[in-house]
Amino acid sequence: MSTARAERLVNLVLALLSTRQYLTAERIRGIVPGYADATSDEAFSRMFERDKTELRELGIPLETGRNSAFDTVEGYRIARRDYELGEIELAPDEATAVALAARLWDSPELTGQAHGALVKLRAAGVEVDDNAPTIVEPRVHTEPSFAPLLAAVQDGQVVQFEYRRSGSPERRRRTLEPWGVVSWRARWYVVGHDRDRDAPRCFRLSRILGEVRRIGEPGVVRRPQDVNLLEFVAGTPGTEDPDADTSPVSLARLWVADGRAAGIRRRARPVGRMTVGADEGDVVELDLLFPESAADWIAGHGPDVLVIEPDVLAKSVRDRLERVLHGEGP
Amino acid sequence: MSRSAERMPRLLALVPYFLARPGINIEEAAQDFDVSPKQLRKDLELLWMCGLPGYGPGDLIDLSFEGDTVSVTFDAGMRRPLRLTGGEATTLLIALRALAETPGVVDTAAVHRAIAKIEEAAGAAQPSGVVVGHGVREAASTARTRETVRDALQAGRALRIRYYSASRDRITDRTVDPMRLLIVQAIGYLEAWCRLAGDVRKFRLDRIDQVEVLDEQAAPPPHAEPTDLSEGVFSPQPDQPEAVLVLDPDARWAAEYYPCEELAELDGGRLRVRMRYGDRSWMVRLVLGLGGGARVEAPDDLAQAVRQRAADALERARHLPVISGQ
Repeated sequence: MSTARAERLVNLVLALLSTRQYLTAERIRGIVPGYADATSDEAFSRMFERDKTELRELGIPLETGRNSAFDTVEGYRIARRDYELGEIELAPDEATAVALAARLWDSPELTGQAHGALVKLRAAGVEVDDNAPTIVEPRVHTEPSFAPLLAAVQDGQVVQFEYRRSGSPERRRRTLEPWGVVSWRARWYVVGHDRDRDAPRCFRLSRILGEVRRIGEPGVVRRPQDVNLLEFVAGTPGTEDPDADTSPVSLARLWVADGRAAGIRRRARPVGRMTVGADEGDVVELDLLFPESAADWIAGHGPDVLVIEPDVLAKSVRDRLERVLHGEGP
Repeated sequence: MSRSAERMPRLLALVPYFLARPGINIEEAAQDFDVSPKQLRKDLELLWMCGLPGYGPGDLIDLSFEGDTVSVTFDAGMRRPLRLTGGEATTLLIALRALAETPGVVDTAAVHRAIAKIEEAAGAAQPSGVVVGHGVREAASTARTRETVRDALQAGRALRIRYYSASRDRITDRTVDPMRLLIVQAIGYLEAWCRLAGDVRKFRLDRIDQVEVLDEQAAPPPHAEPTDLSEGVFSPQPDQPEAVLVLDPDARWAAEYYPCEELAELDGGRLRVRMRYGDRSWMVRLVLGLGGGARVEAPDDLAQAVRQRAADALERARHLPVISGQ
């Protein structure tokens, strides 16, 4: 931005803040320095339109109205109570939390927004030291679709995106009236009314492909009062925590070659020794929480881990290894 | 955001900032705004030219410089910063809520107080539409490890840890000089100088099986730099070997779970991906565990190693003593 334009914009803000009367564009042209450079009505009008847009993008609440019924054109002013940040004081531990929060995001866009907030808080007199070294550094990962979805939720606008369900190559365009963005078990979801299925649905942000497009007018989406977004996501199949503590469904007895498979050993209890062929090893017991993924895990160890029992697990592991060796059946 | 796009917010914040801190040093102010002192002086010179209609000497913003310090003598009505935009309030408040849900970072009560104050000050710009739920449940042993690691960091002590490396599938004892505790997506890591590796390493807290605080001072060498997290915790390194895999539909989850590059959608719902790996034994375990759902296209020696391990496993299983009922 040129110095001249920055200066003109600051003067415009000061002029509109200091007036209780609405100032017409013509009046602004006459008093705010910088507009005198406009050589024609048309040039001024273009300049002023651009400046108004800039102020609105900065978040400045520009009011329009007429001072009396006799006025023929609308004027502008900025209400101080809507412009100014409210009083705020933060205790040192609160300020530390704010500084950490501002650098939590891994997206430059969101970090920029959070820093914008810090600049204003500092200008309000709050001491926030965001360069202070901390021993704990938290980070939140977001998907590229996070910011556009959040903006659409806040503006109440319908969105369209390509979505790929887990384990499926099929991309499908989904049209959603978004109600909210939810973080559940360290993953992000968007919840809303799926127009194609005519039912509430939730979508995982990491499976959204490409751009999120907004369609239609803002303010169209109405979020039902009685829906709890978090409970909705938590109750949707596929959102379970794979690491959740669950009670073991069964017990497996394995043979583990000496000096191998440390990952299995640290989850298992040694119960004896056994020689297999010419190889020495431990017999261990392992609680099976998820038998299918346990079979994957055990098969991954190849000859280092063998299943003694149960048979069903031994067979699952054998099937996996056979398929690796010979490929799928006909 | 570009440098020039940051200028207007800064220009609108400077006068209230100096009003709140009479006589503050220019260097310090420049740091707070993340600009050079030279840029800050340019901004102040610009503001000096601005003021109220009339624009006489008594109408312009007046700043007094004394040496390297600045005070505001006339603010032209710019006494408070602009309120937070919806985006600013939302990103800060969601981050604070996420912080409150992450155990072991800061005092949760302080976070909640900060949330309440910012919500009140932000007023009309209150965010909506984002709910931050629970993080991943943390095992009690991991929470204890985290506390011990925190204590060591606070006291500046070295640690002795027994660590399970998932990539090597080995357990090793190491002495490390702690640098910081990272919590990324609710998973905790200790970043430390590892004396065994002679390098900076990240240790997942739930894989630290034993931890002991030593009397010895932590002394990471001066060249030990914390890792840049902008590409995630473990970004694939260009010098790592790579494998090309074809995943069947029921093995496609692996492409979502591990960092990889999708190369092509193939017929039958299969997916061709390129995956980098640090340790070959890890890659072999992954492919074997996918049980035929993944085929190694390259390199040949990896494909060969996977087949060999499968054949060895089947052969050895034949030597298992038969148990009654089998």
